[in-house]
Amino acid sequence: MSAKTWTPKPARPAPANTVGFVGWARENLFTTKLDSALTLLCAALIIYVLDVGLGWAIVDASFSGDDRNACLKPVQGACWPFIDAKFGQFIYGRYPEMERWRVDWVFALGLLGLVPLLMPTVGFKRANVIFMLGFYPMFSFFMLTGGSFGLAAVDTSDWGGLLVTLVVAVTGIVGSLPLGILLALGRRSDLPIVRALCVGFIEIFRGVPLITVLFMASVMLPLFLPDGVNFDKLMRCLIGVALFASAYMAEVVRGGLQAIPKGQYEAAAALGLGYWKTTRLIILPQALKLVIPGIVNTFIGLFKDTTLVLIVGLFDLLGIVQLHFTDSTWATPETHITGYAFAAFVFWVFCFAMSRYSIFMEKHLSTDPNQ
Amino acid sequence: MQVLVLAAVLGAMAWLVGNVQSNLERQNINSGFGFLSERAGFGINQTLIAYTEDDSFGRVLAVGLLNTLLVSALGIFFATLLGFSLGVARLSRNWLISKIAMVYIEIFRNVPLLLQIMFWYFGVLRNLPSPRQAVSIGDAIFMSNRGFVVLWLEASAGAFWYGLAALGLVIGGIWLRRRAANAQITTGQATRVWRPLLGLAVALFGGAALMAGVPFALDVPHLKGFNFRGGLTVIPEFVALLLALSLYTAAFIAEIVRAGINSVSKGQREASAALGLPESVALRLVVIPQALRVIIPPLTSQYLNLTKNSSLAVAIAYPDIVSVLAGTTLSQVGQALEIIFITMMIYLSLSLLTSWAMNRYNQRMAFVGNNT
Amino acid sequence: MQMLRKLSAGLLLLAVASFASTPAAEAAGQTLEIVKKRGHLKCGVSQGLPGFSTPDNRGNWTGIDVDFCKAVAAAIFNDADKVKFTPLSAKERFTAIQSGEVDIIARNTTWSMHRDTALGVDFPVVNYYDGQGFMVRADLGVRSARDLDGATLCTNQGTTTELNAADYFRSNGMQYEIVAFEKADESVAAYNSGRCDAYTTDHSALYAQKLKLSDPKAHIVLPEVISKEPLGPLVRQGDAAWNDLVRWTHYATVAAEEFGVTSKNISEMKSSSNPSIRRLMGQDGSFGDNLGLSKQWAVHIIRAVGNYGEIFERNVGVKTPLGIKRGVNALWTKGGLQYAPPIR
Repeated sequence: MSAKTWTPKPARPAPANTVGFVGWARENLFTTKLDSALTLLCAALIIYVLDVGLGWAIVDASFSGDDRNACLKPVQGACWPFIDAKFGQFIYGRYPEMERWRVDWVFALGLLGLVPLLMPTVGFKRANVIFMLGFYPMFSFFMLTGGSFGLAAVDTSDWGGLLVTLVVAVTGIVGSLPLGILLALGRRSDLPIVRALCVGFIEIFRGVPLITVLFMASVMLPLFLPDGVNFDKLMRCLIGVALFASAYMAEVVRGGLQAIPKGQYEAAAALGLGYWKTTRLIILPQALKLVIPGIVNTFIGLFKDTTLVLIVGLFDLLGIVQLHFTDSTWATPETHITGYAFAAFVFWVFCFAMSRYSIFMEKHLSTDPNQ
Repeated sequence: MQVLVLAAVLGAMAWLVGNVQSNLERQNINSGFGFLSERAGFGINQTLIAYTEDDSFGRVLAVGLLNTLLVSALGIFFATLLGFSLGVARLSRNWLISKIAMVYIEIFRNVPLLLQIMFWYFGVLRNLPSPRQAVSIGDAIFMSNRGFVVLWLEASAGAFWYGLAALGLVIGGIWLRRRAANAQITTGQATRVWRPLLGLAVALFGGAALMAGVPFALDVPHLKGFNFRGGLTVIPEFVALLLALSLYTAAFIAEIVRAGINSVSKGQREASAALGLPESVALRLVVIPQALRVIIPPLTSQYLNLTKNSSLAVAIAYPDIVSVLAGTTLSQVGQALEIIFITMMIYLSLSLLTSWAMNRYNQRMAFVGNNT
Repeated sequence: MQMLRKLSAGLLLLAVASFASTPAAEAAGQTLEIVKKRGHLKCGVSQGLPGFSTPDNRGNWTGIDVDFCKAVAAAIFNDADKVKFTPLSAKERFTAIQSGEVDIIARNTTWSMHRDTALGVDFPVVNYYDGQGFMVRADLGVRSARDLDGATLCTNQGTTTELNAADYFRSNGMQYEIVAFEKADESVAAYNSGRCDAYTTDHSALYAQKLKLSDPKAHIVLPEVISKEPLGPLVRQGDAAWNDLVRWTHYATVAAEEFGVTSKNISEMKSSSNPSIRRLMGQDGSFGDNLGLSKQWAVHIIRAVGNYGEIFERNVGVKTPLGIKRGVNALWTKGGLQYAPPIR
């Protein structure tokens, strides 16, 4: 008897309607009758939105021209030449044209330092942090304000556009994190007076709208200072924004601190570590890692809130776009929407990038073996 | 150490106060809250309570506060409605619906609110036609760049009885619901309440009609001179602000709702499916009540944010508290310290009040949850 | 309980920071000394009103009010460029001057009794006599402000304009709806888009804002002047010397026009034998010293910005896009209100 090897027949392919695009579509789009109806409705919605959106942004839009006449067609979409003509203003504000290279340098150097800092695989983190927190702010300060090293002085009232948006946002971000951590530690402190002060600070700043804080900072602060003592308006708004954001940051960090098991404190105490060493080496690294999404969300909120400085008379990106609507050489029915669309796009790119980066870092830093 | 900190803070404060004092003193600036009883003298274009130029700054404060509350309350309502729908849609098994919700969320929450407010006001609503070419819907709603004018009921004195009837209906409704719920607990029988409720409504409003006849007259909007007269006018500033606040906050609420629903374990859904509950019922009766416990704390802070964000009204001339108090009143009276203090206190109290109310609700939810 | 604690802590903090006032006698601030030490003048201006204070494309400020601050800077430093301009909204302006954010405000601000007596500010002088008016679309068919019954008005928040409009409509038994924007640009944009039937503000500003409309010719300014709006610079109360300096800066330009001294002929005029001109030029007397300035203070002013007539014609006059006639702002010798007390 010769041994017969039994070979099973190859499995039949899955029915055509469960694999490939058709199968996917059946599974995800047309599961039930209701589902199919909804899918069709949504498809119609998408087509409509795309039709209107692309029609406005591309098909009916104007792309070149020197004044409003380029954007007065009977069916007019976006007026892109307006953005083109004002682009320099939108980025630099009234920063003198001859000196704009200085802003470019600051932008470029910032990018150069930031990108490797954000990529987890690139080394030299410590050197980079020292560079970004030590050298870079000094460099930017002297480059942007001028008045020394042979650079012409540029008054902060001439700064504008994306430059102001980034200056406010970056200073707010850099300033609010350490302050927020201190406030959070203070709120969790055993010292009742310190705790009460921190709680008071946090609750007051979280309870009032940012514009009242900015208003105080922009015009009322000198009332609280001795006669004749004063400092720059942009500076005062920066402080206002940083204080405001630090209150929110403190609550985020507190969430992280609360999630650290008591055993960690006890273990640190058993090793003979003092309060600051425990906090710096054991607690904060774990707590901050836990709340990265919250921190980034606060950054995103802060970035969007920079637009409020326009209410107190600084011209951030939105403020400067708004300002140029009054230019009668570009007065058309579509100028406003075009300008807002441009500003919205710029803000969106920054915020969206930040939120994606936070998701990436969350995954990267996760020590959870199940992921 | 604590004493040191306290001393430092008190010292700094005394220094600040001293500076304020000497600055105010030197310049002979009015101080105190006496201005609140002075005549305001300016007009406001949306007032929920009676207001004329002869009223006081105190009344202005009340008008502004009510306007803030109105736009916040409606904003919270619409944002919640839209946010919950989007959150559920985001989790839909239907790929297209879920992606549309995602795109919406990513767009609206990543663009500054102030920009969105200005976009709706200066970008979109300004393109509506003038009143003489107003778009009308069935002669009941007229849309123009002066706002939306809506057919309205003009109530006379007898309307009081109708108000009473409505109040009775609400109380009756609550009572009926309670009774039905109790009956269900004791007998296991679910009773429907809408039939007796309908009867009650007919009885109550019939009674009111007998007492007062028909005390309502149709207030029909009509063009006269420059604008519509009659009807209820919703000013475009309000529309733009409400729209922007609702659409923006809804994106955040949607994410909160999604996280909340995801936090309910899958077994709960499977169990309700095993009990034969349709998906929509399972969502309504099983999943969302449990998700709410996770949802409510962050939802509260979104509500607070919306209320505080309503202060951006100042950019588009909606007469909210910041606009009429910290804006117009401030520049007429010139007492920045007092006025900013009042404004901040109002927001602080609103915010503490809201978080108190939501904490109460949250406690109740948690309690019920633990019992089941 | 914790909530209560939070609340009371917060209340305490704010209350302590905001109140408590015991009189503290202090010498009047020496604004001139501070300005001299700082090396430049800080001047609050509008956020952009053509003819009065507006930045051009290169960021240089121009206008009557800007020239006023330049004149003050020239009087102090003999350099009209030693001045920094801070754009302020209508509601920020009083707080900004109270708090010392700026040394002087030249922001087409109306001198009213309440502002002068209750806000801790002083109005040294009037540099432009104005009155409130209305602008409407020409095709609306309105020819007089009396036809505006039921109209919607756009205006700027926190101005005397807002109050005057209320008074005017009420006293004439007319209805109105007011939409008050924080920034002038926003009011104009709203009016331009049809949110309002009329835009109301000072006459001079109506002509200025008209230039910003998409079709200036389609709009008319109604003839009525419904209020007195004496516009002038303002300073902090309590520094009489600074007040004098600002007042006489204006009078120097008016006197110069009266005597025919201009920025062009100023060098020749120095050798004039007319005693009035000699005093103005600092050839006789010690008027500059008394102000804490150099003898040549008025020469510096006129060389930098010209006399009042030159300032007016350069910024808002008939040859500019605004095209405003001198009217009440003519010299008193020509039937106007501009009148400088004698320099002697």
